[in-house]
Amino acid sequence: MEKVIERQTLILRLNGELDMKTADSLKQAIDTEIDRKGIRTVILNLQDVQFIDSSGLGVILGRYKKLYPLNGKVYVTNVPAHIYKIMELAGLTKIISFYPEESIIREELRKGNVR
Amino acid sequence: MKTNQLGLSFSSIPENVGIARMLIASIGAQLDLSLNEIEELKVAVSEAVSNAIIHGYRKNPGNIVFLELEIENDSLKIIVRDEGCGISNVEEAMQPAFSTDPERMGLGFVFMQSFMDELNVESVVDEGTTVTMVKYLNHISPSSH
Repeated sequence: MEKVIERQTLILRLNGELDMKTADSLKQAIDTEIDRKGIRTVILNLQDVQFIDSSGLGVILGRYKKLYPLNGKVYVTNVPAHIYKIMELAGLTKIISFYPEESIIREELRKGNVR
Repeated sequence: MKTNQLGLSFSSIPENVGIARMLIASIGAQLDLSLNEIEELKVAVSEAVSNAIIHGYRKNPGNIVFLELEIENDSLKIIVRDEGCGISNVEEAMQPAFSTDPERMGLGFVFMQSFMDELNVESVVDEGTTVTMVKYLNHISPSSH
């Protein structure tokens, strides 16, 4: 997992498998930044994620729910096709904003087109 | 006629969920299933095994999860069994978005149902839960997609 913080935006480049084994540490890694550093925008780059199940999806939806009342946002980018299918079936793609490339949403945030 | 059968019993710890997935992926490849179908089998097994560990054994690592695979000419049967706390209302537990854990979305059974051709859950409170899933092979499935 690679972590970058830029202008109060947390960018996490995830890899491997998002299941019950990895869910808790991912959740903690994000929540620490939200709770202690006041991060309100989280970009999750899933390019190198090989597997996701409901435990992994739950972490992503959980961060969305946590940030929502704080006026924060979660963006998901670079999702491999087979992972996207699972997220679509789970209804996540209707709730969370997806971008094909991390650079696109970072540019949008920089320009102030989204926040 | 059974052409192959395998069994794996393992401790109820998160590390073993990935091992269960590796086994089903190997069998799927051996059966010449598509990469897409193998992905779906991995998700279904991951959900069933995670349920056994999280709900059946309430994350207590000192228990055993049983995974059995039975391969016949036209079907792959996957049985995931625990001897844990059981489910008092199976029908309710299988509803989408039913979850006792807010972080898990209650999607486990939805995925198992979507990705497998048959799903059967038998559970006795304080005795355990057996999840039986069948995937039809050779594209003879009436619900194949």
